[in-house]
Amino acid sequence: MALAKRIIPCLDVENGRVVKGVQFVDIRDAGDPVEVAKRYDEQGADEITFLDITASHHGRDTTIETVRAIAEQVFIPLTVGGGIRTVEDIRNMLNAGADKTAINSAAIYNPEFVKEAAEKFGSQCIVIAIDAKKVSKEGEPNKWEIFTHGGRKPTGIDVVEWAIKMTQYGAGEVLLTSMDQDGVKRGFDLELTRAVSEAVSVPVIASGGVGNLQHLADGITVGKADAVLAASIFHFAEYTVEQAKTFMQQQGIEMRI
Amino acid sequence: MGNIMSSKICAVIDYGMGNLHSASKALEHVSVNTQVIVTCDPDVIRKADHVVLPGVGAMRDCMAEIKRLGVDQVVAEVSKSKPLLGICVGMQALMNHSEENGGVDCLGHFDGEVKYFGDNLIETQGRDQGQVLKVPHMGWNTVEQVAHPLWHNIADQSRFYFVHSYYVQAHNPNQILGHGHYGKDFAAAIAQDNVFAVQFHPEKSHTAGLQLLQNFLEWDGQA
Repeated sequence: MALAKRIIPCLDVENGRVVKGVQFVDIRDAGDPVEVAKRYDEQGADEITFLDITASHHGRDTTIETVRAIAEQVFIPLTVGGGIRTVEDIRNMLNAGADKTAINSAAIYNPEFVKEAAEKFGSQCIVIAIDAKKVSKEGEPNKWEIFTHGGRKPTGIDVVEWAIKMTQYGAGEVLLTSMDQDGVKRGFDLELTRAVSEAVSVPVIASGGVGNLQHLADGITVGKADAVLAASIFHFAEYTVEQAKTFMQQQGIEMRI
Repeated sequence: MGNIMSSKICAVIDYGMGNLHSASKALEHVSVNTQVIVTCDPDVIRKADHVVLPGVGAMRDCMAEIKRLGVDQVVAEVSKSKPLLGICVGMQALMNHSEENGGVDCLGHFDGEVKYFGDNLIETQGRDQGQVLKVPHMGWNTVEQVAHPLWHNIADQSRFYFVHSYYVQAHNPNQILGHGHYGKDFAAAIAQDNVFAVQFHPEKSHTAGLQLLQNFLEWDGQA
């Protein structure tokens, strides 16, 4: 027996509803977040990640209420990301019942924020979220760069170097999303996942691109991820979390069944 | 839920270190006739029927707050008689000493050390043998149980949710009532008389964790 690899269903939430964009544009409604979270909990999800893609301030209050409602009914770890910019944002989410918060663009504008947050709340509740795009051309050595604004804006920051730096600053986990793969259901960027996972000493969650159960297994066995995150294959009931776990266990992966 | 029919009180000790929402919500969820109160008031803690010592974050800050608020005194008192449950850093705080933050003296209720997993932790057994392990130890791992009322209705080798970079090495093997392994053997649960402490987070461990919390609320403190 050993530590199990984790399956993390992700709820992208906008104005109190679960949505899922294909490459962050074409949004489909996938239900009430509390109901969706409870369903995944019953199916054996190892954690739940809640990404708030609501832009407005008014919407943020809705988010806190939703996080609170989920945390009262779901007794597995809950990560909240999207719009986490200040120590106050983190405190609000933890007080609402989140166990971890994912910091994305705020870390790019102010890397010290991650250090401050980890010192204040502990590394165990600070996840660094990275949106990566491949920038190397065919035949060149692999290189990935961080993009912001839903994948539109390059930052010039190298993904692997950034992941190392952020974990040195105290991030306790890396949530790594391939913007090239996100929503297109062709599987994770396995080379990216492996490059980051082998470069850092903390757990890495692979995200972006899952279209079938083999993709999830490959994220672990080929990508060397510690956890795999997926949204649409679970939202639209193509597969249950339970089916995914059984499939992965049959491939020799340690799972919590 | 706390209501007027409640006949017992469970105090969750709040010493300002992080988030006690999860622990109190999970206890409320499984409680039949117990009111859950999050507090650092020594009088409330003394009057409670059950006491929970949770904890997250760095040990030096935790111990500093525990001492500043007089939580060390009240824990020493209630640990003589009441059912007391330590969780994660709350378990570690019950040991003699932790090597976190350059070394911190802890409450000394249990004989043993809190040690770092190490920067180059290698798995020594099983299918991951030889692999470098990530630290923190984060996720669902199995616990080998030693018979105790708090394991009632929980299958041996059930998985619980862990997140920690430091682990408990207990000096008295008879006090280890849950064996964990991640690169090395560690105490996943330690107990003596009316005090039971766990390294994992029962409040985040789904049905097995909720069952343990329910068992705790029903426990009279007798092994």
